[in-house]
Amino acid sequence: MKLDAKIPQGPLEEKWSNYKKTARLVNPANRKKLDVIVVGTGLAGASLAASMGELGYNVKAFCFQDSPRRAHSVAAQGGVNAAKNYKNDGDSVYRMFVDTLKGGDFRAREANVYRLAECSVNLIDQAVAQGVPFGREYAGYLNNRSFGGVQVSRTFYARGQTGQQLLLGTYQALMRQVDKGSVQLYSSHEMLDLVVIDGKARGIIARNLETGELERHAAHTVVLATGGFGKIYYLSTLAMGCNGSAIWRAHKKGAYFASPSWTQIHPTSLPQSGDYQSKLTLMSESLRNDGRIWVPKNLEETRLANDIPEEERDYYLERRYPAFGNLAPRDISSRAAKERIDAGHGIGALKNAVYLDFSKAIREQGQAKIAEKYGNLFNMYEKITGINAYKEPMMISPAAHFSMGGLWVDYELMTTIPGLFALGEANFADHGANRLGANSLLQASVDGYFIAPYTIANYLSDQIKVGKISTQDVAFEVAEKEAHEKLHHLLTIKGKYTVDYFHKKLGKLLYDYCGLARNKEGLEFAIKEIKKLKEEFYTDVNVTGTAGAMNAELEKAGRVADYFEIGILMCYDALTRDESCGAHFREEYQTEEGEAQRNDEQFQFISAWEWPGMVDSEPILNKEDLTFEFVQPTIRSYK
Amino acid sequence: MKLYLKIWRQKDRVSEGKLVEYTLDNVNTHMSFLEMLDTLNNQLITNNEEPVEFDHDCREGICGQCGVVINGIAHGPLKNTTTCQLHMREFKDNETILIEPFRAAGFPVKKDLKVDRGAFDRIISSGGYVSVNTGQAPEANTIPVGHETAEAAFDSAACIGCGACVATCKNGSAALFTSAKITQLALLPQAKEERDQRALKMIAQMDKEQFGHCSNTEACEVECPQGISVLNIARMNYEYNRASFLKFKK
Repeated sequence: MKLDAKIPQGPLEEKWSNYKKTARLVNPANRKKLDVIVVGTGLAGASLAASMGELGYNVKAFCFQDSPRRAHSVAAQGGVNAAKNYKNDGDSVYRMFVDTLKGGDFRAREANVYRLAECSVNLIDQAVAQGVPFGREYAGYLNNRSFGGVQVSRTFYARGQTGQQLLLGTYQALMRQVDKGSVQLYSSHEMLDLVVIDGKARGIIARNLETGELERHAAHTVVLATGGFGKIYYLSTLAMGCNGSAIWRAHKKGAYFASPSWTQIHPTSLPQSGDYQSKLTLMSESLRNDGRIWVPKNLEETRLANDIPEEERDYYLERRYPAFGNLAPRDISSRAAKERIDAGHGIGALKNAVYLDFSKAIREQGQAKIAEKYGNLFNMYEKITGINAYKEPMMISPAAHFSMGGLWVDYELMTTIPGLFALGEANFADHGANRLGANSLLQASVDGYFIAPYTIANYLSDQIKVGKISTQDVAFEVAEKEAHEKLHHLLTIKGKYTVDYFHKKLGKLLYDYCGLARNKEGLEFAIKEIKKLKEEFYTDVNVTGTAGAMNAELEKAGRVADYFEIGILMCYDALTRDESCGAHFREEYQTEEGEAQRNDEQFQFISAWEWPGMVDSEPILNKEDLTFEFVQPTIRSYK
Repeated sequence: MKLYLKIWRQKDRVSEGKLVEYTLDNVNTHMSFLEMLDTLNNQLITNNEEPVEFDHDCREGICGQCGVVINGIAHGPLKNTTTCQLHMREFKDNETILIEPFRAAGFPVKKDLKVDRGAFDRIISSGGYVSVNTGQAPEANTIPVGHETAEAAFDSAACIGCGACVATCKNGSAALFTSAKITQLALLPQAKEERDQRALKMIAQMDKEQFGHCSNTEACEVECPQGISVLNIARMNYEYNRASFLKFKK
């Protein structure tokens, strides 16, 4: 299929306003006749559901958590970017656009990225109006901090809980609509399948996670705002319930999946300490504003961090990237850490970590100032490790964090299935091959508040004549039956091993062969091994309980079953991209200094994968060529 | 370490529950409390028994989904800590640990250790917001908020909605949860227009949800993982009285 991104004509800075000028509208009286399903209630989903409810559409919002307020946007710590230029330090929409495009290693669409930067300004206004308590200066004006990959201060923050505060603002806007009756809320519900009628997305099959009942929900449009799938690595910074099932099942119904292997490995997470471990806790990137990263120069270092003199420390980010230093972008910082750890300089019991040191900042600014900026992060660190980071450096290590890849969407955020939209981390659109810090909260919010309400209206404008969609359609019947059979199949295997056993094995394979660094041989090996593991899963997994009641193991089993297939596609994606770009680092393609080597001539495109129609067939690659009209791709240097 | 666990098992909302005893060997002191429960569940599944259902998600103390009562204390022995952030180094070898759900009239048990906290959503839904539609917002810096006021609003806004305050209170009161939202919004200029209505509506909803009155024991603050202060409750009472008086005057 020829992929058309539907980029509006005109100069870069006029594209979005041109789109809005000509987009079709829906008459207020007609809106309540149109049903909208939103799956996921994080920043993207809840902001869209609230905005559509305010406009008068008939909205149903779904989340698997017991309350929309618990969606994983809640965990983002450091901040949200906006080109307000409050600091008068040379920021502008254009500069933010260039930073983001460059940060993504020129593997994103110019028009999308520009729109992201453009709408960032409105998001801060919206959040402040909702009562989000951003950090402020003494005069009462909003304060900013710096984040990785940029040289201006454009990050707005609410201590180390920016995601939580933004989400609560959005959640409250959503609950206001629930109270008004314009949004019906289905928490503790998981989407099991997408229903497509005559080629259009017309509803979902959802499972009530408390009773186990399967439900049919019909609508004129379905929006997936279901977040990222980094939990595929098992050990990740994501919540336990984060999953790729909604987008994967939509993929199997015809939605293309773009760049699945582009996973951001975050440089500052807590290191793994044992096999029992269920997640890796993130320490916000904002810590790198004042923390300095180092490893001991000596290979067999046995002294405690504080006993190692200054001249025997290797501040490797400051050494390799003097212009950006400790604020080098995430992909680069993570790889630099891996390079030092692999070279034997890692610290901690498992030699798998590096130091993040605040002693200089505490000396210069005082402990009280550092506590005000990062107090909750230092407390969290102490709770988990038992170590006081005001007294000795933190130990940190890279961990799987964000999926730049996701469902392919056009400029309108619509997937290749008409009527199916994907928002936030669930789509691939704005971050290219590497996301800059504090752009994730931004993208999710902007998609939900400012973009999708326009583009979905444009789609819905000719749907009024369709009338109510019936859940009695045969497509619903088939989808429900399939979902039912899938659940029952998992329960009848009755093997020897738990779901987690398989998930951990899959995660390890992906970490080793499709993680921070990849190569052809390893990826081919991983594809074979994941296929074997999947077979083993279907003969030897043990899922207890029944489908007709609350059953967390069954939920996990369904997600892991999809993870095998996503994992295989990730490996194909990484294998067919013979270049290094952003977070995708193919060992065969690097400069002499060990930096990523892009190949613009052959790979200046987005890989959009098509489901071949059959399990175990090779996926079909479609390409969306990227053209750069306004900024010429350069070699990304932070030196 | 070796542990003796007594865990509340309950099939569903209507069935009667009971404490069931389990023994768990080889617990590592660096495990989190939930990882200890994962280990127990793996053992149960391997023996073809149904695992214990418990709420959890982010496992970094911010989503508010996890929470059980451990040896009679909501979220366990460590101050200002959610269950997921509690580590086994806080327990002794051969210790018996009693694990129960967050119990309160307003939080019916769904299964085992999972409770229904939908009442919290309904309290927020009744007025815990600023009525601003998408697109209406003025330029952010046109509403200055002093540093101290913003910080104080943040302190109240930091509530994660876990419900430990309710589980701890002998009256099963949701006063701390409700007051934190009322206070956050009462402090901020952009939320002042709806201040009176908000206080009256949210408190009416709280009462409707079968939460008891504030017991004035301040136990909620002690067990709150975010350290939300009981001064929020004082502020809520002030807001309520003020709004009631103004309403009466009209």
